[in-house]
Amino acid sequence: MLSKVGKTVKVGCFSTMLILSAHFVKAQNLINGKKIFETRCLVCHQSDGGGVPNMNPPLDGSTAVKGKDIARMVKIIKNGLDERVAIDGMYYNNAMTAMPDLKDEAIADVLSYIRNSWSNKAGLVSVAKVKEAQIKNKSNKK
Amino acid sequence: MKKGLQILGLVLMATCFNVQAQENAGLTLPAGFKANLFAQNIGSARHIAITKLGVVFAKLNYPNKEGNSIIRLEDANQDGVAEVISGWGKYGGTGIYVKGNSLYATSNEAIFKYELNSKDEVVNPLSPITIVSGLINRRQHESKSITFDKGNNIYVNIGAYSNACQTKDRTPGSEGMMPCPILDSAGGIWKFDGSTENQTYKDGKRYATGLRNVVGLDWNTSTNQLYVAQHGRDQLNTFFPKLYTDAQNAELPAETFYAINEGDNAGWPYVYYDPSQHKKIVSPEYGGDGIKEGAKEFKEPAVAFPAHMAPMAVLFYTGNQFPEKYKNGAFITFHGSWNRAPLPQEGFFVAFVPFKDGKATGDWEIFANGFAGIVDGVKVTNTSKAKARPCGLAQGPDGSIYVSDDTKGAIFKISYNK
Repeated sequence: MLSKVGKTVKVGCFSTMLILSAHFVKAQNLINGKKIFETRCLVCHQSDGGGVPNMNPPLDGSTAVKGKDIARMVKIIKNGLDERVAIDGMYYNNAMTAMPDLKDEAIADVLSYIRNSWSNKAGLVSVAKVKEAQIKNKSNKK
Repeated sequence: MKKGLQILGLVLMATCFNVQAQENAGLTLPAGFKANLFAQNIGSARHIAITKLGVVFAKLNYPNKEGNSIIRLEDANQDGVAEVISGWGKYGGTGIYVKGNSLYATSNEAIFKYELNSKDEVVNPLSPITIVSGLINRRQHESKSITFDKGNNIYVNIGAYSNACQTKDRTPGSEGMMPCPILDSAGGIWKFDGSTENQTYKDGKRYATGLRNVVGLDWNTSTNQLYVAQHGRDQLNTFFPKLYTDAQNAELPAETFYAINEGDNAGWPYVYYDPSQHKKIVSPEYGGDGIKEGAKEFKEPAVAFPAHMAPMAVLFYTGNQFPEKYKNGAFITFHGSWNRAPLPQEGFFVAFVPFKDGKATGDWEIFANGFAGIVDGVKVTNTSKAKARPCGLAQGPDGSIYVSDDTKGAIFKISYNK
């Protein structure tokens, strides 16, 4: 009887820890992501993620930012973007700076941050997902 | 009941504030001036031009919901608001100019000419004459702005498709190209004949160079000289964090206003103008450290404005309606910055530069403010939140001036009441 209670408590503690650590990971993810956003992205995309009309596209409300094609987002961060492409029906003229120096962890964090800031609510991006995206991007290149 | 009164109170307050906001169309102006909305929601109105009869033409950056990119606005009943509005044209662009009985408009690659009839209606909306084509448009700084001298020569800006002529644009560590190859076909002002058809680069002449991006330019008829306002380079702190702090980048470089003579070189991309040192400083992409001075041969600005405010149009005032101090002085619209972030943004106003004996005095002032819709004293933090961004400028036959906004497409009319 006692051992059963103990077991329940143990299981309870374990699940709480799991949940807490998941929250902690999430929070840490977003804290790191915010730091990267502020040093690398904010100046062009602005603190409200609203971008600059005709020049730098918004991240807030962006279909691509919130979307499932993580590989494309990783590619844009790594390689930059300097093409005439419609972004949610609008065109923007400034070139996006390539950031080849950003590590997979940093890319995962900043993507998680921009997908969960302002009005955006999308899934977090794991390091594994970024690595998978890089492999996908490399094979597409070949 | 109490709740009902509260709601009524709120509604009354909202109405009062609304009425208050509508006074002078929400703008703050010097004493004696008034403003009203001449037009609203016409589309991304870039430059505007006005005929002798007072008909306003606006060039849109993109075709509007009706699919038109040039808008004709007429205030037939003279109440200060346009009520006869029509449009045509499928090409986006910035430049528009009325010269005699001709209307010139630009796409981001070409200059077209239309004919006006005695009512200032366009005779050939679907078949303009191509005056110049093939001008460089590589997205960045693509606007082609135009003005004329007293004769029939067109001066067109061809913006540099680059921030600082790096081998790889906006890339940390990428060096500035020496010499900058962009300057052969962009980064300057080109001069073309206003009536010869089908010209290309080879028919024109590079009139001035070393100008990164000029959107606002006008001919000063009292001194017979071209004046241009340059958009200075961006992101000194982003790419050179060891040399420039965020706060320094917010104030560097100045937005510069030049009195241009043929052959002038304003120094882009090799130098930028530091308004606190009053010096042309070597760009860090070309070995600069924030202190080293650039070559003396580069043009000195006539006026240095705060950084990143984005001058969009220049208008020398030749009317008789405004007080004497405005005569032959220059109005300049400032679109409002983005590259001052994370510091608050600046601009979103119309400035006035007084001239004395044909020269700009440095004592510029804010003439019309409040376009962003932000209460006085509160700064815009995020550029996209500005409700209106001043862009085009033109003078009406009665001496009023008109200011266009390229966010939603308002045109403000500003007049003086004695």
